[in-house]
Amino acid sequence: MENNQKTIVIAALVENKPGVLHSVANMFRRRNFNIESITVGHTEQKGVARMTITVSGDEKTLEQVVKQMNKLIDVIKVGRLEPENIVSRELALIKVNAPDAKTRTDIINCVEVFRGHIIDVSPETLIIEITGTSDKIEAFLNLMKPYGIIEIARTGVTALARGLHSIRIEE
Amino acid sequence: MSATKMTGAKALLEALERQGVKHIFGILGGAILPVYDELCRHPKLRHILSRHEQCAAHAADGYARASGRPGVCFATSGPGATNLVTGIANAHMDSSPVIAITGQVPTNGSNSSYMIGRDAFQEADIIGITTPITKYNHQVRSAAEIPWAVNAAFYIATTGRPGPVLIDVPKNVQTDVAEVSFDGKIDLRGYRVAGPPHPLQIRKAVELLVEAERPIILAGGGVITANASDELLTVAELLLAPVATTFMGKGSFPEIHPLSLGNIGMHGNPLANKMLLEADVLLAVGTRFADRATGNLDSFCPEAKKIHIDIDAAEIGKNIEVDVPIVADAKQALSAIYERLIKQVKKKTDSPWLQRINEARKLLNPPEKAEDGKLKPKRLLQTLRKLLPESTIVTTEVGQNQMWAALYFKALKPRTFISSGGLGTMGFGFPAAIGAKTACPDRHVVDIAGDGSFIMTEQELACSVVEDIPVTVIVLNNGVLGMVAQWQRLFYKKRYMAVKLGRSPDFVKLAEAYGAQGFRVESIAEFEKAVKQALKSTVTTVIDVPINSEEDVEPMVPPGCGLGQQIGDY
Ligand SMILES: Cc1ncc(C[n+]2csc(CCOP(=O)(O)OP(=O)(O)O)c2C)c(N)n1
Ligand SMILES: [Mg+2]
Repeated sequence: MENNQKTIVIAALVENKPGVLHSVANMFRRRNFNIESITVGHTEQKGVARMTITVSGDEKTLEQVVKQMNKLIDVIKVGRLEPENIVSRELALIKVNAPDAKTRTDIINCVEVFRGHIIDVSPETLIIEITGTSDKIEAFLNLMKPYGIIEIARTGVTALARGLHSIRIEE
Repeated sequence: MSATKMTGAKALLEALERQGVKHIFGILGGAILPVYDELCRHPKLRHILSRHEQCAAHAADGYARASGRPGVCFATSGPGATNLVTGIANAHMDSSPVIAITGQVPTNGSNSSYMIGRDAFQEADIIGITTPITKYNHQVRSAAEIPWAVNAAFYIATTGRPGPVLIDVPKNVQTDVAEVSFDGKIDLRGYRVAGPPHPLQIRKAVELLVEAERPIILAGGGVITANASDELLTVAELLLAPVATTFMGKGSFPEIHPLSLGNIGMHGNPLANKMLLEADVLLAVGTRFADRATGNLDSFCPEAKKIHIDIDAAEIGKNIEVDVPIVADAKQALSAIYERLIKQVKKKTDSPWLQRINEARKLLNPPEKAEDGKLKPKRLLQTLRKLLPESTIVTTEVGQNQMWAALYFKALKPRTFISSGGLGTMGFGFPAAIGAKTACPDRHVVDIAGDGSFIMTEQELACSVVEDIPVTVIVLNNGVLGMVAQWQRLFYKKRYMAVKLGRSPDFVKLAEAYGAQGFRVESIAEFEKAVKQALKSTVTTVIDVPINSEEDVEPMVPPGCGLGQQIGDY
């Protein structure tokens, strides 16, 4: 890996119709671009979905990613979100071993510090919901490791640019 | 908006007619039968029965390249659709507007006819398969949607950087009856075609060009696509700038013009390759700086400031860093450059740079090969040029035949040299010639072929004879897969493996078996006679020209080397 690699978030507004995710994913694979995470959801506009893609590479590659995304017909608008100017969040659900009262209290303390929630309790396990930047989630996962993580589900990063800078379709 | 009740099949054919389509190349099958049944009632649409769907796509491609109008091909679902794939990929690589329409197994009909996604008979996910090799593809889900799909397909295929579009039509959508309207808006909010060039960039480009002492223009296929040859000529003559072409750009500039350098590239003209090394400003128009054109990028045009005009923004900066990027249509950009230039420079008739070029032109003249009793490709192709009218359209196959044609057959006009550049598809030339002849029935069409390539699509002789689309095929018959044999000779110590074609069919008898005419020629005089007969013929002609099997295409820039490192005689 070259050391001029960086990671950015690309937000794309796309036609909300079958095959769009396929054509985007296909383009990334075919051009050897690296997707670290991808999330897709509806937007405030009917028929428009928003993809948030975390991608890493050198500057030339990242420029190509944006241009190649723009070339796809069903991609309406593409924006590049630089890490300095965005708020980004990821949500993780984590199932950990918690067979006794002592472990439970320890875990619950950690969860409070990280402003997470316990969303399920069984005799053997807890499920924790935690939201934050990917770094925060990594840190929390490290804390949980000693207790025994049974299962993790992460949403991947989603993000918005700060202030007035927005990626939206002008009416 | 007026709407009329009709079937999806009828909507499809009407929409095509409204787009001005006159010819369709294709092969039918179960999943597209309703469309073919409807075709009985559309005498204005001529259907040409190809003998393999790959050739239907190549014919549509040749039709498009020769005429500038999109070419249309039809195939049934499953194997019909997958057979199109090579043809579609070929059109995609060379930015050719091909519209492919495929039948598909039924979708969302009554329960019993619901088949899509259930591995039905002759079901293939042609949308999934062609996503990376089309500019756009779309499966229609209702008859009412068909006019939109067709209009969008034509709009996308022909605007901006052209490319193939595939429409997949499930069988029940073909038979469904709906209220159909043809004047709906296309409305593609995610698709923007580059507008006029940015004035600031034009100014910067002109500043560089005015100061340039050793300018070179590099013209790519985009110049032909944009019909910008006239603008190219005026800019070149005003600047007294020599013009090199990429392989795809061949024909964009008359190769007999004193400013023409010929092609650059792996088998480029040594003059073009050498002069690029000395240029101080490069004006590249409508080219993607393909690896076979540039050679090793580190030593590509090292001294020059680079101006790059392309309609596809993604091509700028993709392969090569440039000083002045201009995202625009080549015709508009060249006109804008000319308008500004004419105010600042006076037309010259001579320059030290031109003198340098002319000196080099003399020095780099390759020696004539010793005669060994066999016909030489160079002489054959130069003779052919003399025999063919200027308007003749030449297609090529792939391999040595193609590179010899590029080196020695001078193209004089745009859209008269048609070849598979990006994909390098053996078997392209013959069906493409049939397509070109269909588009331009009053002109001669000649396929310069290799024996290996011709065998790949030779069955289209049936199509050309039965459908009465006469073309000429000149087989440079070396008995080998010559280009790969050349690589084995040069880079694998002559360890020939799987390149001998052995006893090829007798091409004369083969032609005759199909009802075409065939000649075998052993001398230039016989060659001339055969070509003249072919030009007079109302039936397809195959001319078999035995040549030496160990002939190399020279010179050559070995893979990985810079354009300055050509090997071989020149
Ligand atoms: C469909 C396809 N298969 C394989 C190749 C690889 N290939 C490139 S040139 C060549 C030999 C072509 O032989 P022929 O048509 O006889 O032309 P020649 O080089 O002998 O003039 C081959 C096999 C190709 N370009 N296309
Ligand atoms: Mg051969």
